[in-house]
Amino acid sequence: MSRTDRFHSDAEVQWCPGCPNFGILTALKKALSELNQSPRDLCLVSGIGQAAKLPHYLACNFFNGLHGRAIPTALGIQAANPQLTTIVTTGEGDCYGEGGNHLLHALRRNPDLTVLVHNNEIYALTKGQASPTTPVGEVRGLHPQGLDLTPLNFPAIAVLHDAALVARGFAADPEQLKTLLVEAITTPGLALVEVIQPCISWNPHPIAWYRERIRPVPADHDPADKVAALRLLDSPEGRYTVGLLYRGRPRPTYGDRFRSAHGRHPLAELAPPPTAVVDQLLDAFKRS
Amino acid sequence: MMDCNIVIAGAAGEGVQTVGEVLADTLSSLGYAVFAWQEYESRVRGGQNSVAIRVSEAPVNAPVLEADVLLPLNSGAYQKYVSRLNPGGVLLAAEGYRDPTLVVPFREIATEEVGLAIAANTVAIGALAGVLGIDPEALERVLDRHFQNKGPELIEANRRAARLGHERAASACRLADACPWSFPARDQRYYLTAGTEAIPIGAVRAGCRFIAAYPMSPATGVIKYLAKHGEQLGIFVDQAEDEIAACNMAIGASFAGSRAMTCTSGGGFALMVEAISLAGMTETPLVVLLAQRPGPATGLPTRTAQGDLLFAVHAGHGEFPKAVLAPSDPKEALHAMVRAFNLADRFQVPVIVLSDQFLSDARFSVADFELDRTVPESFPADPAAVSRYQRYALTPDGISPRLYPGQSEHLVAADSDEHDPDGHITEDLAVMVPAMVAKRRRKGEALQRAMRAPEAYRSEDADELFLSWGSTRGAVREAVDGLRAEGRRLGMIHFSELWPLPEFDWPTGKRLWNVENNAGGQLSSLLARRYRLSVHGSILAGDGLPLTARTIRRIYNEQN
Repeated sequence: MSRTDRFHSDAEVQWCPGCPNFGILTALKKALSELNQSPRDLCLVSGIGQAAKLPHYLACNFFNGLHGRAIPTALGIQAANPQLTTIVTTGEGDCYGEGGNHLLHALRRNPDLTVLVHNNEIYALTKGQASPTTPVGEVRGLHPQGLDLTPLNFPAIAVLHDAALVARGFAADPEQLKTLLVEAITTPGLALVEVIQPCISWNPHPIAWYRERIRPVPADHDPADKVAALRLLDSPEGRYTVGLLYRGRPRPTYGDRFRSAHGRHPLAELAPPPTAVVDQLLDAFKRS
Repeated sequence: MMDCNIVIAGAAGEGVQTVGEVLADTLSSLGYAVFAWQEYESRVRGGQNSVAIRVSEAPVNAPVLEADVLLPLNSGAYQKYVSRLNPGGVLLAAEGYRDPTLVVPFREIATEEVGLAIAANTVAIGALAGVLGIDPEALERVLDRHFQNKGPELIEANRRAARLGHERAASACRLADACPWSFPARDQRYYLTAGTEAIPIGAVRAGCRFIAAYPMSPATGVIKYLAKHGEQLGIFVDQAEDEIAACNMAIGASFAGSRAMTCTSGGGFALMVEAISLAGMTETPLVVLLAQRPGPATGLPTRTAQGDLLFAVHAGHGEFPKAVLAPSDPKEALHAMVRAFNLADRFQVPVIVLSDQFLSDARFSVADFELDRTVPESFPADPAAVSRYQRYALTPDGISPRLYPGQSEHLVAADSDEHDPDGHITEDLAVMVPAMVAKRRRKGEALQRAMRAPEAYRSEDADELFLSWGSTRGAVREAVDGLRAEGRRLGMIHFSELWPLPEFDWPTGKRLWNVENNAGGQLSSLLARRYRLSVHGSILAGDGLPLTARTIRRIYNEQN
């Protein structure tokens, strides 16, 4: 059995044939194999959308929850069992739209999570409405006169708030994406990996159109340089720049203080406190 | 039996709560059963608020509005609350608002005789103790503890302030022959505690290891208590960015094997409703404490109501089993929390515990919590006993063996989509979908069989029954006793477990009244649905104040 086969799932894949999501799935399996992860150590968390179906397609523990709510669910899982490798697989509609608030506040908490955002600039599962990253002017299902809202730049927001790692990959280049995912999964703290994932059903541009525009992070870019990362992401070509964009300074991760007192065991292993402990709490309410 | 109600009223920030707390602690330390209830406006300064302290030898734990002693700290408080003073009651104040008033000039005494203007409230506490015939040394012990971090000079000044207030009030009482009370030390000690403390202690008892919540009155006290004590006890506490996050975080922690909860009030609960349905679909145990306040929308943030019973019962789109519990006092609340975690774990369902502002904030006297009456029970599967694990395995009672991710080589999957036994998305409408619908229904039936019957009080020889639920229990019992003394043959059937409603042999031929702290009669509509009962009349009050026995009796008598 090859190392990527370790993650084989029998579930029927519901993506369109030829969808670049397959490239993302391949990259993720390769990264996990390279890191010598086994399915039992892994917990994938997702919401709703095409990207959110990914956990069904590789062998792992998973929680496929509500639209937009993968991050809070993953935080609860992380808190309860820090030994798991917890990865959020989500789309930009799920994560920047419906659940945008949770991503913002996850940046404050710095949980040890990888957030893998499939960005196809479209709502694909609901058939082609505008998403939070759709470019201005595109004609979309609910914007027949052309979209007049500006796209969100969440990678820049993540840099501004000192995410542990910010990277962007291209779904049609699984090898590079695998490298970025290995970096992201091994980095303590919140790693945001956005993936340019052209939608072959609803997007106006073919994959080749993207391939022409994709450019790597400049060779002299220093990922520790916050201002350089922001400048890059804010530039016109920034939207299609792929590679390691930013690496934040190490800082405490979600639950560090709790774990320094109680260890990294799953909370499930802690027995309820003895009656004497509860009695002691109640005694504070007896007056003498 | 001795039964005395003392009301202290004043503006927010003026010290009403502190005066009330010190008096309640002093009476409790002397061995009396104290019931301390406060009502306050939603503001940090100003307004007019009150604390009512009801004292008796055995716990009564029900509110009365009418005061035997009224201490207004300003003239506005006097105007607002004087109508609540019983005929023959004592008005204690710094000024002679009316005749008779027991006048003790708190501020002047504090400034001129103690040399510390901020000790005026301590003079007032001393004066209250003087009116009530409380041993000044008992008060000093409580005051010393209250000021223990403030240094010896302040402790001494406050002692002196209390003594002066006590002397002045006691001699005024003697002159007027107006104060019949005395509280000699008794050989008894009650716990004096509020729901907002007993509920988190119940969660600790249950083995809860995770709470995430967004602050919202009157639920905030629960997470506040755990933020203070929980980490030391091994409970992971997080203030979420919103209630949606809070509920989904608790579900994530529970999926990962930890006992987990969240707490909120009606508006926040509305945001959690989608996640309640998620817990139902993914069969993830979840405990939600819903502390009710009057709605709709923002409503009355600091007032009380029983307005969310039907909301809780119906919370969540789609059809799935859930339980709703409604404890009546802190002791029941502690046990209800353990019970909630046990039910959530056993049936893998969301369990909603309903409290309200009244149960949250009022302090009740409890003789003994009898902790061993409800012990934490969990229902884990044994990974070694499973060959091929399926999270949603179809079983006779609908309950599938539950493992958590990382526990063993068995992979654990949860899905909010309709799923097959492995947790994968299915749209097999012919076989799998009906099988999963039926599984959840079987689970609901098993849950219903586990629910507890209501409490019957003086019902056997009764012609009429009051039907009630949750925090009104004390007031309803007191109303039953009072109406019995008037010759009415009344009893009570009280529900602490409201959904799913259990089998119950209803006595026949009795006139039924639903008694609820809401305007719509929500219990009666549930009982009509479940038992095809119809009530003769309703005793309802949805005015933001807790129901009292006197209100219940008044509305009952108006309809007879």
